[in-house]
Parts: sequence; C-alpha cells; structure tokens
Amino acid sequence: MTTTHPPTAQATGTRTLTLAKAINLGLRQALADDDKTLLMGEDIGPLGGVFRVTDGLQAEFGEQRVVDTPLAESGIVGTAIGLALRGYRPVCEIQFDGFVFPAFDQITTQLAKMHYRSRGKLTLPVVIRIPYGGGIGAIEHHSESPEALFAHTPGLRVVTCANPADAYWMIQDAIASPDPVLFFEPKGRYWDKAEVDLDHRPGAAQGTLDRAVVVRPGTDLTLVAYGPTVHTALAVAQSAAEEGRSIEVIDLRSISPLDTATVVESVRRTGRCVVVHEAPTYFGAGAEVAARVTEECFYSLEAPVLRVGGFHTPYPVSKIEHDYLPGLDRVLDAVDRAFGF
Amino acid sequence: MTANHDATNVELVQLVTPAGERTHDAASEPYRARAAALGTQEIRAFYRDMTLVRRFDTEATSLQRQGELGLWPQCLGQEAAQVGSGRALAPQDVVFPSYREHGVAHTRGMDLAQILQLFRGVDHGGWDPAEHNFHLYTLVIGSHTLHATGYAMGVQRDGLVGTGDPARDTAVVTYFGDGATSQGDVNEALVFAAVNQAPLVLFCQNNQWAISEPNSRQFRVPVARRGEGFGVPGVRVDGNDVLASWAVAQEALERARSGGGPTLVEAYTYRMGAHTTSDDPTRYRSRAEEQYWRDRDPLTRIEALLKAEDGWDETWARDLADEADALGEHVRTACRAMPAPAAASMFEHVYATDNAVVEADRAWFADYEQNFEEAR
Repeated sequence: MTTTHPPTAQATGTRTLTLAKAINLGLRQALADDDKTLLMGEDIGPLGGVFRVTDGLQAEFGEQRVVDTPLAESGIVGTAIGLALRGYRPVCEIQFDGFVFPAFDQITTQLAKMHYRSRGKLTLPVVIRIPYGGGIGAIEHHSESPEALFAHTPGLRVVTCANPADAYWMIQDAIASPDPVLFFEPKGRYWDKAEVDLDHRPGAAQGTLDRAVVVRPGTDLTLVAYGPTVHTALAVAQSAAEEGRSIEVIDLRSISPLDTATVVESVRRTGRCVVVHEAPTYFGAGAEVAARVTEECFYSLEAPVLRVGGFHTPYPVSKIEHDYLPGLDRVLDAVDRAFGF
Repeated sequence: MTANHDATNVELVQLVTPAGERTHDAASEPYRARAAALGTQEIRAFYRDMTLVRRFDTEATSLQRQGELGLWPQCLGQEAAQVGSGRALAPQDVVFPSYREHGVAHTRGMDLAQILQLFRGVDHGGWDPAEHNFHLYTLVIGSHTLHATGYAMGVQRDGLVGTGDPARDTAVVTYFGDGATSQGDVNEALVFAAVNQAPLVLFCQNNQWAISEPNSRQFRVPVARRGEGFGVPGVRVDGNDVLASWAVAQEALERARSGGGPTLVEAYTYRMGAHTTSDDPTRYRSRAEEQYWRDRDPLTRIEALLKAEDGWDETWARDLADEADALGEHVRTACRAMPAPAAASMFEHVYATDNAVVEADRAWFADYEQNFEEAR
C-alpha cells in the first residue's frame, strides 16, 4: 500500500509567509521528518482543505499519508486513535470549529483518557487541527470558539497560534508531542503575513506547548490574549500608549496547560489584568485566568481581573458579529474600567 | 417473544443442532468442510474453553454478590460465539473488545483475574494490550469499533495484508452487541472499513437484549443484512454453535488478512444472565423465553455432540471439572488480594509529558495529606 515519492526538497531560509502557509510548511516538515505522520480530514487532498492549509501535500506525500476521509468527524478522530495505537501520528483536520462536536465523544472520552486508563502503556500522539473564531462573515457554525470545552478535559493539550512563526513551530511541536493536542488555528488571521525563519527556532518559539510569551512589555496593565485576539490586544496596547498607558500583552499560546507563572509574574508588576478572547466569557478560559490571578496576586491587584469576550448567546449572524466580538473599543473600555478602580 | 426469535429474511449458519447433531444446509455448506476437519481433541478443546469461561464468569458473579466487585457483566450463554471466534484468531491478529468478551480474553491467553481489576475499582484497564493483542475493554458503546478500524488501516499501511505469509498477514476484530449497531460510531466504522477495504471483522454478538430493549427497538433489518448497504459482506451464524462460530470467523478473518476487506458477522446468541449484576431481567422478559434459550445452551450441545461421536470421556470430564474449580479458586484469591491503589496514583499518567496543572494539583494534595500526618 505504501507509495514511494521522490525526496522532499526542504523549505529553508527566511520567508514572508501567511499564517496558513506557515502551518502548511510545518505540516510538510513533519511529514518529511517522520513517515509515521499522517494527515486525515475532509477535502484535504486535491482541494488542499477549504482554507488550503494542506495545499500540495497529498501530491507530494501520497494518498496513504494525506487521506481524504469520509465526511464523518467521529470517524476521523476514532480511526485516528486506532492508527495512533498502531504507531502512527495522525493529524486530523476538522473543517470548521462548529463541526467538531460529532467527534466530541471520541476526543473527550476516548482520546483524552486512554493514556490514563492504560496506566501509561498506551500513548496517543494525535493532533486535531481546528480553524476557529469569527469575524470572517461566515454563516452559522463557522465562527465559534469551543476551546474551553476541551481545556476542561484532563488529558488533552489545547493550544493556539497567533502569528506565522509560532504557527510554523507549534504545529511541529504538537505533532511531536506524545499527548493528544487540540490545535486551534485563528482562521480570521490565516492571511496575516510575517517573516519566518524556517531554519532557526527563535527563543520565543521554545516551549510553545507549555509557555505563554510576553509579546509586548509594559508596566501598568497586563492584557492576556490568545489566538485571534492577540492582534487586537497589540492594537489596544498601541492605542493606550498614545494615552500614556503602558500595557503588557501576553499571548497564552497554551490554554491547557495554562502558563500561570508568566501571567502571575506580569500581574504582580502591573497590578491590573484584563483577559480577552472571542469565546463567551461565561465559564471561559478567561474565568480560569481570573481565578488563578486573583488567588496568586491578591495583594498586588489594584483592580479586579476583568474579562472581555463573547456574550452568553449563540454566535450571532455575521451582520452583527462585530458587536459580539471583543474588538478594539470593547477591550479599551475594559482597560479604562481597570484603571478606574 | 416471537419478535426476538424471528430470524426474518436471513439464513443462519449452523453446523451443530441444539441437540448436538451435525447438520448442514445451503447456508452452512461453505463452512462444513472446515468443521469436518476438526477432530475430537479440537472439539474437546472448545468444550474445555467454554467450561472454564463459564466457571470464571460464575465466580465473578459470586464475587460481586459478596461485595468484592462493584459490578459484573456476565457472558453466560455467549461462550460459543466468543470461544469460537477467539480460537479462529492468529497470534498476530488484534482484538478490540467491548466489555463482555471474557471468553475471547481467555482464548488470547490472558489471566482472566486481570479483568476483575476494572470491575473491582482498582484500575480503569488492568492489562497491557500489547501482551496478548487484546485491547482494553471499552465501556462507551461502539466507540472502539472506530479504533479497530483505524488500527486495521494502520496494518494496511504496514504492508501486513495480502502478503500470502500466514505468520505475517494480520486481521483486526472488533466485538460489539446488537444495541451498539444503533450507534453512529459503529455505522461510521462500517463506512471507513468499507471505503478503505480494511482488514477488519466486525463481530456483533446479537444477544437479543440491550439491557432491557429487545432487537425490535434497535433495527428493522437483521444485523447481518445491514452490511450490504455499506458494501460489507454480512453473515449470520448460530452464536451458540461453537463450531459454526469458529468456521464463520475463520473465513472472515482469512478474507481480511488476504486483502478481501471487512466482514460483518452477526452471531445470533442469547444473554442468559442479566446485563450486569445491577440489572433485573424479570422486569422485561419472560421465563418461557429464557427456557427457549436454555434449551440452546452452547455447552450442552457440544457435550451431546462429543457423546454422540464417542469423544466424551468421564476421566477427562472430571479432570476438566477440577481444572475449572482450580480456576475459580485462583480468580477468587487473586481478586481478594487486589489492593486499592494509593490515592496519589490518581495523578499518574494523565499526560505522557510533564503537565503544570496536574503537578500543581499533585503537590497541593501531598501537602494536604501531610497536614494530617503532622496533626497526628
């Protein structure tokens, strides 16, 4: 069944890449590095995925390694588990955030627990890539942010990238991890471009599966973001700087495990903390950050930890999604309130 | 009662009647030669397997009643389907069981006492799946059929299908029940197995009851016929006939190993016991129905066959009874000796790598425990 292909010409050098292309090259590198790595998903073959993230990979690595699956998400993840048990490293693509739920049982009940219930005898190196988040004018079920549902499940790692360089390294780190990883891709930022050094991992791209990173230093308030809202947070910090406020921006990168230490160290210096994400704030990742910061920084806080995010409503229609999403103005409003205490 | 016993529109492969007489018809003809090749020793071996499995199952039920196990799902009545199919496996074949496949575990050479860890509440698994190519039990109905399918897709990629080398060609078999056929995952497993022509046998033990729900609450078309819509050949075998179960499973496994793709086997059998020790079948099924199936007991029919064919020997039978007693004693002793794990073991193996959240919880718990130590 194995198809042979000519040796892969590796991508090298420093290139200007979109976030989508950076993931593509990260996947390509992982496929080239380990012939046990497989990609599985709907329309990821000749089409290259609906976002073209897997563009060209089936032509290069063959149908046995880049697999167009039946249209059944539970089947994709369930068979990926079986392939992992046989020694493969499957990378599943879920086409859109809102389509992951047919696989929810396989992810939370089977994938997350098999290492535990086998007392370490089985490892499940499965990556599940999920384009997530809104702001792209999509129809229902195509703009959601379900990360907290998975972060609440012990046994899963939940990470998200915010820029092309992290995307390139993080996807490779996720595939190399012996633990199952939910890899959330901010689809609204797929076409952001940045320079990526494909040969040398920068310091900031170390420990991408565990460590948050300070992406803009500041002294007066810690603004915690991840995925699509890192871009917003940086714009907020720039805008606040013009009013004389120094905001430190942290990109969590990992939702589970949370890098509490990096956030706590920052908040102890700044005394203020705002968390921003697209997902509803109610029982969201921000609530966990707020609880942990409050416990560990209580005597440093000048204000309660505030959260900005989606409301406790289903994701609204696209014509009003910008009133739902935590944009520049709503985050600035929270910053103002934090300074008002 | 008739609804449950109705073999509507599908032929049953049977090689030995409930009375222990050899039989064949058009449906069983393709399998007859396989069974005819079995000698007395092989048939005795089947009988021995079924006797030991039944003894283990009975012992486990008693242990639950004595408070040693939290729960026990009996395989009583399903010994022939499990032993027959289990003995058709090659050593390299891999099993993905549900949670009632104690008979299959026995054929894989497992120490059956290991299974009790899960039901005693001392381990969520209890054995190393690689040791006997027997995966951990799966409690969520049907989920594991997809794992088996993916595993079989891996076997294909490893080049271990259709090589013609009987020591290398590998099949995967997954066990599930009649209730599971309603699950989406089982249907998705059929889809994935079919389009990939995976080396898989989907072995459904139709034991007539999904806890309290009869077949009529699960499907309008017999299980064996449901394969056709997926492009998977289906066959219904008398699951209380160990020879037929063995022959049908053997043929399906050979097809899988040779590259012929998946097969759906419906082993038509009966759950003679309760769903589990927490169930009460008197609330939903009749004594008459239970008697109908007691008359089709998989052990008595092989006893009758051996006696009819001069294969029964009283000394051998007594030795087997002694062996069964010894197994019961072993299981009872092993079960009672299984200690509860240390509380802090709950923090182990959540992840394969270091995890700050788990480590923080572990450290907190250790401190908390330490406080009690110091207070003493």
